[in-house]
Amino acid sequence: MSVTQILFWLLSVLAVCSAVMVVASKSPVHSILFLIITFFAISGHYILLNAQFLAIVNIIVYAGAIMVLFLFVVMLMNLNADSEPPQKNKYILFGGTIAGASLLLVLVAALKQTVTTVQMVETNTGNVGLIENLGKILFTDYVFPFEISSVLFLSAMIGAVVISKKEA
Amino acid sequence: MLLSIDLFLVIEKLVLIIVVVMASLVIAMYATFAERKVAAIMQDRIGPNRAGPFGILQPLADGLKLFFKEEIIPSFSSKFLFILGPSLAMLTAMMTSAVIPWGDTVTLFGREIHLQIADINIGILYVFGVVSMGVYGIMIGSWASNNKFSLMGGLRAASQIISYELAMGIALIALLMVTGTLSLRTMVIDQTDGTWNFFKQPLGFLIFLICVFAECNRTPFDLAEAENELIGGYHTEYSSMKLGFYLFAEYINMFISSAVMVSLFFGGYDIPILNDAHAVEKIGQNWMAVAHIFMFLGKAFFFVFLFMWVRWTIPRFRYDQLMNLGWKVLLPLALINMLITGAVILFLQ
Repeated sequence: MSVTQILFWLLSVLAVCSAVMVVASKSPVHSILFLIITFFAISGHYILLNAQFLAIVNIIVYAGAIMVLFLFVVMLMNLNADSEPPQKNKYILFGGTIAGASLLLVLVAALKQTVTTVQMVETNTGNVGLIENLGKILFTDYVFPFEISSVLFLSAMIGAVVISKKEA
Repeated sequence: MLLSIDLFLVIEKLVLIIVVVMASLVIAMYATFAERKVAAIMQDRIGPNRAGPFGILQPLADGLKLFFKEEIIPSFSSKFLFILGPSLAMLTAMMTSAVIPWGDTVTLFGREIHLQIADINIGILYVFGVVSMGVYGIMIGSWASNNKFSLMGGLRAASQIISYELAMGIALIALLMVTGTLSLRTMVIDQTDGTWNFFKQPLGFLIFLICVFAECNRTPFDLAEAENELIGGYHTEYSSMKLGFYLFAEYINMFISSAVMVSLFFGGYDIPILNDAHAVEKIGQNWMAVAHIFMFLGKAFFFVFLFMWVRWTIPRFRYDQLMNLGWKVLLPLALINMLITGAVILFLQ
């Protein structure tokens, strides 16, 4: 096995195990910490694909900003197993299992149909993920979707300000 | 293959990592001593002078004292997270040093060695990513203490760090627009050949400096551990070396962020006025690299001194003043700085 493969398997095991632990762990704070580990493992995958910019932005935005806010909220509300009433309704559990399994089925089916499985992933060699190339592509070929998403972000920001002003 | 292992490269990087980490630790250790001496001079006292000649063994004595103190882990707290908190604070403080270029190339045993652990093309973003991780050490530690006052102190510290990260990031964007690169090494080389970035981005530097003070929890923004108002802030429940780690991480952060500021704005290891090519001919590349390292450390030490100078000169901000400064002054100022920079670049093209 080459180094890339070893790293790939290590990161994959880490990502999957901590993703399972997000759901399985009893304390919400532990769930969030496992989610952060998952994000780190995924960033490691991006680096294996030579998408350094995506990797670091994933860490800055998701692990560094969004998860901190999650942690804030959970710590302040002091959620734990005692304050949460146990799920009594068996039908909801049953329905949830079926819904999750169907989603998994759709995902697997979709992945099997895609053409990308034929094209091999460019490990280490691809240059698209480097910041110069990514920037050029974003501001030339994909400038319209890029601008649309920035307008979306702006509207979300204004919305957040409006909602917080209403309270005061 | 990019990742095929070259044994010598691994050894070279390992040695470099060990040297950089040890050097940062020793420098941070003596920064605690320097802080007490600077405070003493500013307050017309003598300062610590009992341990060793001129008191230079004082940091060792402090460290030993912390090690021998009783270790208390509060009941009902998550023991693992309680230990993880200070460890994360220490880890994130050390990790930033990986992308700092400490000097130019040296030739040892027929190998060209860059005096930088990793020259990645996202250098500054990496620094920014590690800084944003620094919040976790504080938040996890404060929550695992199982103490309301610790938690409030932790939230205070975390919201301060998050607020100042924004202005810091936007000040950096303006700098990136001028330099056109994210790699710290390329930036330093550009500054060696041209002018220092400070002269191109004076306002950006000022914003960055203020934000660094806030990120390091230093006076005038040391509300996170305002001991006379808030008990001890997020590390109220910590004792022994775990408390030492939190306090020590602050000094490492101070040194590392000084080093980042020097490489971003003050030419890194560049020696002003001196023509490098001539000097290399005279004394050789390796001695030149040594001179570069000393120059770099000299500049970084000046900023460490600045941290201390400000601490013993300016009183602490109130919390609402802190938030107002971050959101209503620094953030708009950084945005305006970015717009002006963009306009000037467009005009010059």
